Amino acid sequence: MLRRRLNRLLGGDERRVDSRTVYVGHRSSPDSEGFIPPKFCDNRIVSSKYTVWNFLPKNLFEQFRRIANFYFLIIFLVQVIVDTPTSPVTSGLPLFFVITVTAIKQGYEDWLRHKADNEVNKYLVTVLEDGQRIRKESEKIKQVGDVVEVEEDETFPCDLILLQSSRDDDTCFVTTASLDGESNHKTHYTVPDTEKDLESLSATIECEQPQPDLYFVGRMHIYKNNQEPIVSLGPENLLLKGATLKNTQKICVAVYTGMETKMALNYQGKSQKRSVVESINAFLLVYLCILVSKALVCTTLKYVWQGKPGQDEPWYNEKTQREKDTNLYLKMFTDFLSFMVLFNFIIPVSMYVTVEMQKFLGSFFITWDKDFFDNEIKEGALVNTSDLNEELGQVEYVFTDKTGTLTQNNMEFIECCIDGFQYKHRDASSELDGFCVTDGPVSKLQQKAGREKEELFLRALCLCHTVQVKESTEPCLDQVDGLNNQVDGLGIDGDGLGIDGALSHLEEQRGFIASSPDEIALVKGAMYGFTFLGLESKTMKILNRNNDVEYELLHVLNFDPVRRRMSVIVRSSSDTLLFCKGADSSIFPRVRQEEVERIRLHVERNATLQEGYRTLCVAYKLLSAGEYAQADAGLREARLALQDREEKLMAVYNQVETGMSLIGATAVEDLQEEAAETMEALQGAGMKVWVLTGDKMETAKSTCYACRLFQKSTELLELTVRTLDDENRRREEKLHDLLLDYHKKAVQDAPPVKEGVTSWSSSQDYGFIVDGASLSMILNSSSDSSNSRYKNLFLQICQNCTAVLCCRMAPLQKAQIVKMVKNSKGSPITLSIGDGANDVSMILEAHVGIIKGKEGRQAVRNSDYAIPKLKHLKKLLLAHGHLYYVRIAHLVQYFFYKNLCFILPQFLYQFFCGYSQQPLYDAAYLTMYNICFTSMPILAYSLLEQHICIEVLLDNATLYEIAKNAMLRWRPFLYWTVLGLFHGLLFFFGVWYLFYNPALQDNGQVFGNWSYGTIVFTVLVFTVTLKLALDTRHWTWINHFVIWGSLAFYVFFSFFWGGIIPFLSQQRLYFVFANMLSSVSAWLVIILLILLSLLPEILLVVFRKPRGPHSRQ
Amino acid sequence: MNKKEKPEAENRPDNTAFTQQRLPAWQPMLSAGIVIPLFLIIGLIFIGIGVALFVTSRDLQVLEMDYTGMEQNSPCFSCSDPDQKNCKCTLDFNLDKLFEGPVFFYYALTNYFQNQRSYGVSKDDYQLSGDLDNFKDPDSTCSPYRYDSNNNPIVPCGSLANSMFNDTFKLYQLVAGTKKEVPLDGKGIAWWTDYNIKYRNPSVTPLKNAFNGTVKPLFWPRPAYELDPTDPANNGFINQDFLVWMRRAALPNFRKLYRRITEGDYSTGLPEGNYSLEISYNYPVLNFDGRKKVVFTNVSWMGGKNEFLGIAYLVIGSLCIVMSVVMLIVYAKFKFPEED
Repeated sequence: MLRRRLNRLLGGDERRVDSRTVYVGHRSSPDSEGFIPPKFCDNRIVSSKYTVWNFLPKNLFEQFRRIANFYFLIIFLVQVIVDTPTSPVTSGLPLFFVITVTAIKQGYEDWLRHKADNEVNKYLVTVLEDGQRIRKESEKIKQVGDVVEVEEDETFPCDLILLQSSRDDDTCFVTTASLDGESNHKTHYTVPDTEKDLESLSATIECEQPQPDLYFVGRMHIYKNNQEPIVSLGPENLLLKGATLKNTQKICVAVYTGMETKMALNYQGKSQKRSVVESINAFLLVYLCILVSKALVCTTLKYVWQGKPGQDEPWYNEKTQREKDTNLYLKMFTDFLSFMVLFNFIIPVSMYVTVEMQKFLGSFFITWDKDFFDNEIKEGALVNTSDLNEELGQVEYVFTDKTGTLTQNNMEFIECCIDGFQYKHRDASSELDGFCVTDGPVSKLQQKAGREKEELFLRALCLCHTVQVKESTEPCLDQVDGLNNQVDGLGIDGDGLGIDGALSHLEEQRGFIASSPDEIALVKGAMYGFTFLGLESKTMKILNRNNDVEYELLHVLNFDPVRRRMSVIVRSSSDTLLFCKGADSSIFPRVRQEEVERIRLHVERNATLQEGYRTLCVAYKLLSAGEYAQADAGLREARLALQDREEKLMAVYNQVETGMSLIGATAVEDLQEEAAETMEALQGAGMKVWVLTGDKMETAKSTCYACRLFQKSTELLELTVRTLDDENRRREEKLHDLLLDYHKKAVQDAPPVKEGVTSWSSSQDYGFIVDGASLSMILNSSSDSSNSRYKNLFLQICQNCTAVLCCRMAPLQKAQIVKMVKNSKGSPITLSIGDGANDVSMILEAHVGIIKGKEGRQAVRNSDYAIPKLKHLKKLLLAHGHLYYVRIAHLVQYFFYKNLCFILPQFLYQFFCGYSQQPLYDAAYLTMYNICFTSMPILAYSLLEQHICIEVLLDNATLYEIAKNAMLRWRPFLYWTVLGLFHGLLFFFGVWYLFYNPALQDNGQVFGNWSYGTIVFTVLVFTVTLKLALDTRHWTWINHFVIWGSLAFYVFFSFFWGGIIPFLSQQRLYFVFANMLSSVSAWLVIILLILLSLLPEILLVVFRKPRGPHSRQ
Repeated sequence: MNKKEKPEAENRPDNTAFTQQRLPAWQPMLSAGIVIPLFLIIGLIFIGIGVALFVTSRDLQVLEMDYTGMEQNSPCFSCSDPDQKNCKCTLDFNLDKLFEGPVFFYYALTNYFQNQRSYGVSKDDYQLSGDLDNFKDPDSTCSPYRYDSNNNPIVPCGSLANSMFNDTFKLYQLVAGTKKEVPLDGKGIAWWTDYNIKYRNPSVTPLKNAFNGTVKPLFWPRPAYELDPTDPANNGFINQDFLVWMRRAALPNFRKLYRRITEGDYSTGLPEGNYSLEISYNYPVLNFDGRKKVVFTNVSWMGGKNEFLGIAYLVIGSLCIVMSVVMLIVYAKFKFPEED
């Protein structure tokens, strides 16, 4: 940040110009004399917060900005300055402990960030300097303007302009998997007209100052001889840092470096997320009030009491001269401060450190969980922010991305339908060349389509695509062999593809490159009969069972999202064919109608109701010579058109793609493993799942069906451009009507949902579908009043629907939705899960952001958790999250409780010691109470407790639901506070009655004030620890060790401090503890008070049990 | 995919019971089947202890007498005047049955805040453990009893030592018109550790020399090395009365052990008869509205007489039994629903 700010200051002029000039290879342009290389930042990525040097001051500063730490610092300083009853050590030591532990934790986390930075910064790149290739670490790219050579599979070290590619067509393929999780290949182009000889290239690039949006415009001046051609640059020339080069080797020049890369700009500003446990701040406030009022009460009473004659200064306790001279009000003030110091333990310093430690250590259980380990990527879960563990147990809304999250982006060919007959390769009931017929069309007998049709269908799949066979380093023959084997394997064993998923997945990756993964799936699917061998100079080679067939590829009618189909025109030895594949809605109108019905049944069933596969229809058309000639001419003409090229092409495409015959449909499986089960579990746990996707509605809808977010019975409420487009009325009006209508349906007519009953079990389920355009209408409506009204209506509808699907979302809109829900009434906890850069905004916006998969290193860094697979979400939330929440809620409440009953006797004692700030407990006890005697059991509890075991939690999703942070609300807080008060009163007055006669030993000797305090303290430590023991439901050996160990340690310490060691013999507690133990009465009162404190607790547990909703076992 | 293939073992989480949160665990259930007998047993034990305590405490005898001299007819009325010095008064009392021995003789003070902080810290632990350096220069916490007006260090310094209780008592039995002195045993009234370890006289003989250049506390009639002229081992800081005083009381109404009656004819107790307590009345308490008392009592295994413990045990014990019965009824009615 500082660096950026500095840059902004120094580069003030640059700002004003709003563009930067980059000298390619640092060679000045001929005309600019006195060339001064402009200052740009270097290529270091810095996401870490600290360096070795500034760690201490910066970290301390940040820690003391926390209100609690600051408070403790003040208390400490008061103790140092004012004459207070306790020594500064009593609060200084815990504070030091807290600060140290937090600093270590933050230092460790920053070290991890440094490591991640280094991984990026030390990445080796090749830089061309003075015609020599030098391997350098990424961070050493000194300046903008360096020329960099990137090889295949290397990651771009900064934002680059592509100058040269090793491919003939001046393109390169790039995968942005680590940016947005899309593993398909994107094509980028070299700057046209650059010379092949980069040595002599002298050029400048003018472009914008670094900006976070991914759009890019620029100009390149090339100084060639005396000409100065200006070439315009666009996003297609810009290669972003973090993307990976595929398939080519090329050379480019850096334009943005380091923290100025678009990626870095986009990732900056990750805000600190705060957990609900921070709601303890309210509790803290209550306790602060208690503390202040206690001090006030004591101060007031002190002066009232002293007003009585003889009390202020009895002869036996004369004041010093200084005390007598002090101003009365100053004395009152210092008395007040002294009382504050005396009671300050009521606000537990150590709670913060224990909470921090619990979070830090607790997160290891997530990373250690072997159920999160994925064999494919060989990694487990990753926790970036341990602060949010317990949020996972409170999630009410889950926002999920579709592509790559719900769906795999790794498609698998499931079935197809040829001429109305369904083929499924997984079933092995009857075989036909690897295919098997499972069931015919609904009406017909079980039979197969004609062989001819089958072959045509397969051939179509094989030809109609833009897949490329990768020019692998391996000999081509091997590849064919490999593919052959695979075909065989599939032919023999129907499950081959499914089982050997990992293996064939690798093959697939190596074999084909396509812009969309379903194309690969289809080409692979066609391998039942035909194998695509590759494209060689306009000739497509196909292996038809055993003999090669070659087709001449005449035209590719590219896929585009408007037409939603693509076609190829090929010429075989005999005739010219057009194959077309596309979405059902775009194909059906273009084929002969009589064929449609047979297929439509399948398509619809697949797409929506049952399986939720991604379906495509395949059609073909035999082109006569005349037709082809006409089409060919049209296409050529349109391609050469300078104006309205797009429109003209479209017209020709539409003209050609008519009158086709439908051959069949394909179904491709695209879901993540156990996606449906996971979603069901989440819904069962009372979470509302919203799918936010940039994808189009149809595919998104079918995914929703497949994930069982929408059921057959779900009534869909649709608010999309399609439903809004009404010829008669304006969109706004229609929107208004629809919103009211849906609101009536879903909200008003819905049976009132009772508190505690999960809404998803109500009679009618609604699903809501909204698209980006409609959403922006709702959110950015023209008038302010209707704006907020629409927003409310929309929210209410959404909240009453079991699932909401938002399609065609821009990344920013995703974040908007999350924000809207987050800030809605009751501020529910939201969770976003996504897999790439386009989800980062919503991941950052939500309370908890989860990244699925590990592809996008940068995106992972911005998430709070990363899990390899979607299915892991279930265990993460239902088991880990739930347990963490229960644990930390108990931890927080317990801490308040134990400190209340710790300090209450000390407060009560003031009434009996002339309000003189006499501590009841020894300083050692005051200090050690929270650090040693009672800290470990609760820490162990908060790490290990399983009030319900993990398996049961996973099986019964309903157990997850703890409504609205219920365990950290006022009721339980009140319960714990009352319990603390009860115990505190009991401890003090129990011993008080005993001390009515302080002769407690059988030799008639009397006990003094330290014995009093020690008895109270012993009761306190035992009660508080045993109370925790009562609450512990899951006793591992660690719990046993820590609970009994703490008590033993207390006894041991008391003996030790009480003077087993001679040098402590001046101690005021000298032999107090041992003497106490020699008194039978002391024993009896200790036992009595402990039992008396705990018996009501036991009663409560027993009486509450029969009414409890579910027993534990 | 140039990401180097890491060996599997490196990343795979350890499959141990601890890391997978599968440690074998004992999961106790507080069911009625456990709790009812538990309450019953606790109740019975408590009642047992309660009865024992109650009976023991009831059998303990206590004789408490106020001798502040507030009332006109009180024998010490004349002594309560603060101007009186070395005043003596006599308290007569009668025992109508044997006061079983060993009898413990306490003095008690009320409304006396020995537990005030400024009072309690006003002493020098190092001085009291015989450190001669602190004889010359007492700790600053001792002020205003650190130096006297001539700037001589006070030993032992501080309010606590300065205000040591200095009434003395002599007990006589009136046998056939003659006063027979009851021997009072002043040994073993302070904690053993205080006497033997915590408080130490400086190792100077005679002890008097160690106190050269210091003055006695302002309130004291005699310097510390002359506290007990009869027993040289009971002087200085290890004087038993001093030690008893230095152990601060917990509450403003307290009693402290003065003597034990263990010797001679009285080792079995004080026989019935008339007694006379001769008090040298020195300690002023009226200006802070305090009272002075003497207490004769005997002690048992549980210490002095204390009704509270016995009653508390009896009450809690009975409550436990009542609760177990209530639970039994509740669960009999609901047929132990959680046992299914």
